[in-house]
Amino acid sequence: MFGRRNPQLNANDELIHLLSIEGLPAATLQHILDTAGTFLSVNDRDVKKVPLLRGKSVFNLFFENSTRTRTTFEIAAKRLSADVINLDIARSSTAKGESLLDTIANLSAMHADMFVVRHSESGAPYLIAQHCAPHVHVVNAGDGRHSHPTQGLLDMYTIRHYKQDFTQLTVAIVGDIVHSRVARSDIHALTTLGVPEIRAVGPKTLVPGDLKEMGVRVCHDMAEGVRDADVIIMLRLQNERMSGAMLPSAGEYFKTFGLDAAKLALAKPDAIVMHPGPINRGVEIDSTVVDGNQSVILPQVTFGIAVRMAVMSIIAGNSP
Amino acid sequence: MSAAGQLDAEALYVGLLAGVRRLLPPGGALVGITTGGAWLAERLQKDLGLPGAPGVLSIALHRDDFSQRGLSGGAAHTKLPFDVDGRHIVLVDDVLYTGRTIRAAVNELYDFGRPASIALAVLVDRGGRELPIAAACATATIELPADKRIRLARDAAGRLSFEIR
Amino acid sequence: MTRTLITNARLVDPASGRDDAGAIAIAGDRVAIVARGGGHDPRLSDFDATRTIDARGAVVVPGLVDLAARLGEPGSEHAGLLESELAAAVAGGVTSLVCPPDTDPVLDEPGLVTMLKFRARNLHLARLYPLGALTQGLKGEALTEMAELREAGCVGFSHADVAIRDTLVLHRALQYAATFGYTVWLRPNDAWLGNGVAAKGPLATRLGLSGVPVLAETIALATIFELMRDTGAHVHLCRLSSAAGIELVRAAKAEGLPLTCDASIHQLHLIDVDIGYFDSAMRLVPPLRQQRDRDAIRAALADGTIDALVSDHTPVMEDAKHLPFAEAEPGATGLELLLGAALKWGEATKLGMAKTLAAITSRPAAVLARSRGAAESNRHGLEEGAVADLCMFAADESWTVDGTTLASRSRHTPFARYEMPGRVRCTFVAGGLAFEAAG
Repeated sequence: MFGRRNPQLNANDELIHLLSIEGLPAATLQHILDTAGTFLSVNDRDVKKVPLLRGKSVFNLFFENSTRTRTTFEIAAKRLSADVINLDIARSSTAKGESLLDTIANLSAMHADMFVVRHSESGAPYLIAQHCAPHVHVVNAGDGRHSHPTQGLLDMYTIRHYKQDFTQLTVAIVGDIVHSRVARSDIHALTTLGVPEIRAVGPKTLVPGDLKEMGVRVCHDMAEGVRDADVIIMLRLQNERMSGAMLPSAGEYFKTFGLDAAKLALAKPDAIVMHPGPINRGVEIDSTVVDGNQSVILPQVTFGIAVRMAVMSIIAGNSP
Repeated sequence: MSAAGQLDAEALYVGLLAGVRRLLPPGGALVGITTGGAWLAERLQKDLGLPGAPGVLSIALHRDDFSQRGLSGGAAHTKLPFDVDGRHIVLVDDVLYTGRTIRAAVNELYDFGRPASIALAVLVDRGGRELPIAAACATATIELPADKRIRLARDAAGRLSFEIR
Repeated sequence: MTRTLITNARLVDPASGRDDAGAIAIAGDRVAIVARGGGHDPRLSDFDATRTIDARGAVVVPGLVDLAARLGEPGSEHAGLLESELAAAVAGGVTSLVCPPDTDPVLDEPGLVTMLKFRARNLHLARLYPLGALTQGLKGEALTEMAELREAGCVGFSHADVAIRDTLVLHRALQYAATFGYTVWLRPNDAWLGNGVAAKGPLATRLGLSGVPVLAETIALATIFELMRDTGAHVHLCRLSSAAGIELVRAAKAEGLPLTCDASIHQLHLIDVDIGYFDSAMRLVPPLRQQRDRDAIRAALADGTIDALVSDHTPVMEDAKHLPFAEAEPGATGLELLLGAALKWGEATKLGMAKTLAAITSRPAAVLARSRGAAESNRHGLEEGAVADLCMFAADESWTVDGTTLASRSRHTPFARYEMPGRVRCTFVAGGLAFEAAG
């Protein structure tokens, strides 16, 4: 049982798991971002590898499919010289009825040092961190609607890279926020790092009023939401929203809450446009914006590898 | 062999400068290991009349004690403003002790290319080597008990001195 | 015939409000003598006891009546749950319990009811009062043979936690039950809005858990009240969870609608924030709501708007909780915690022992009696001639909740490591000693 102590931190307040951005002090987030900067320079060298995780086994446990996220974690682990094993859980033992904890116990017996976990249920990585062997570290690669901390961190790295000072920014997050773990992680990180104005933009079915309890300003009008923003983070719209009676059509969504050149012009002239990917061109964002010079979507991917290298090396170096 | 208490860093620097001047071939590059070595390399670069800035090297990513100590807080990055391939390099550090820092520094350099040669110049050699590493130039050789640490300090005016704890 | 004499007791009778030192004598299955006050009652010397117990100041109260406890049978005969859970009941001082019909198979056939009652009776532990299913298979389509089920021993008709989607069916079920004056036990929860794993609110939003809005309860209550007005059916509402819901109940009672209601020990003490880091011991139905809902439940239990406190005992086997929060099986063990939970609430509300214990003795007994349509021959109280279902507990002793030391086979409770007041010393059912604490 975790009791009331943050399960991500050891007795010395050092990070041993990365499960969520909530509860992490600003100094910890800054440390991760600073370390990521070091790893970014590694990616420019001839030899893009450092031996920090040599001899360690990193198991990618993806209970929910995602080739892109799994690939970036794999690249990050390999650049740290770790051995990477990818487990396609959907098709393997869990499908045969093996319980989640039995799967973890079996993998621990294979001397895993780190689990990178993606799961469709909120809280699953906490259960794993609670039950795996003490020396094993857990990185949350996305759990249900709750948290996607490495995405939140790489989004912060991106913002810091282009805008430097968090305390002067207006950030707009647009889209299906109520179902988005990326949005939650971004909001926690932005509030922790001192961003004064965070706007949650979208229709009431996707951005209900009670989201303001997370510390954001809820906007149901796109123009109002992006006006004078320094950063616009667009979220992907999933097809389930149409079938779940939350939206009538992708077309209407694009018209009312999609980001096109005209809406982008309402933001600050040097505003940056971000997106966690994968992008639905013409649904939440127009192609001209994706390919335009305010888009930093591709750099986000590069930063993502460095941030994941930073996270994995920091937690691997701290004992429970 | 000098007694540790009598070490005058500024005086020793003069000897280091002479030694490095002899070691560094034309077209060679200076690389200082953070933090003490980097301070020395900065001053040497100027005093030797070399253009630009010396290389700065952080061993954080190649330390051999990562599992015990974790990744340390300082975000010093390695910055080498020259091509390592085929270069003669003089590596500069304040104190040479077990040799593990130098081993890590050599590995770090190799991530950038294949140097023609690497020579080591240090201000103080305190013995206690645990790896087969030697300095081509060590301005002072001292003995210090294993529980004592010695390193370079620099004040606001840039004057160098030794801290022993 | 066993003749038991209990001396040096603190006799608390919530039905009459009396709280006196005294002694009590049991002959056979009835209370023979209740001797209150300091002076010596001569009848006690004439009482030829086969067993004498010195209560040493412990409270003697009529046995607890728990209106909601699942026993896992039919369904888990192999796990021996009926025995272990009825034993847990008497270990907790519970002498009568009502079990919902969501068993496997559902309790919708008289034969199943007869068998269940037979097995329970032969164990000589707590008394079991099963609720029959309101619709066949709890599918919400066809009515069950309520009269037959009543004859087999069902004390009322319930739809457990399964929401009835079709209001026409619900209307007809209430109408049919009203024909015979049967009480229908319903949990107010809208079929579509009520699907979620936590209470809607800032915590669920933060944790990314699907939330059940209070609307799910208030909309269902409004529907039930309208149907009651139309059919005249008697209803017992199960597991109220929100302040808004309680307000609607208060108004409905003031209006005179024939209803009673209960709340569980979980809603009485815990709130959504106690979920902490996705602790699946907090995965419960109904979900834990916010502070003001808890405050409303505590006040409503005190003023009688909520008639009874229940344990909502639901055995959950080990592995079923070792899953991510939303996938974990909801439920917790509760029979042994009912007394402590009530006492803890009573201490905080400063109600006094008799009024506190009324919430788990006389008031649920009244609900049960009404539901049974009892021309109540089993008088429930600490009075001479009443059936000897009694609980004796040390009010000044407390104990720490530890899943491994509970009598119940189900270890999971959100009250783990809590200190509970009141330690049960022994429990009598029909005059027989059904439980005696070690040491």
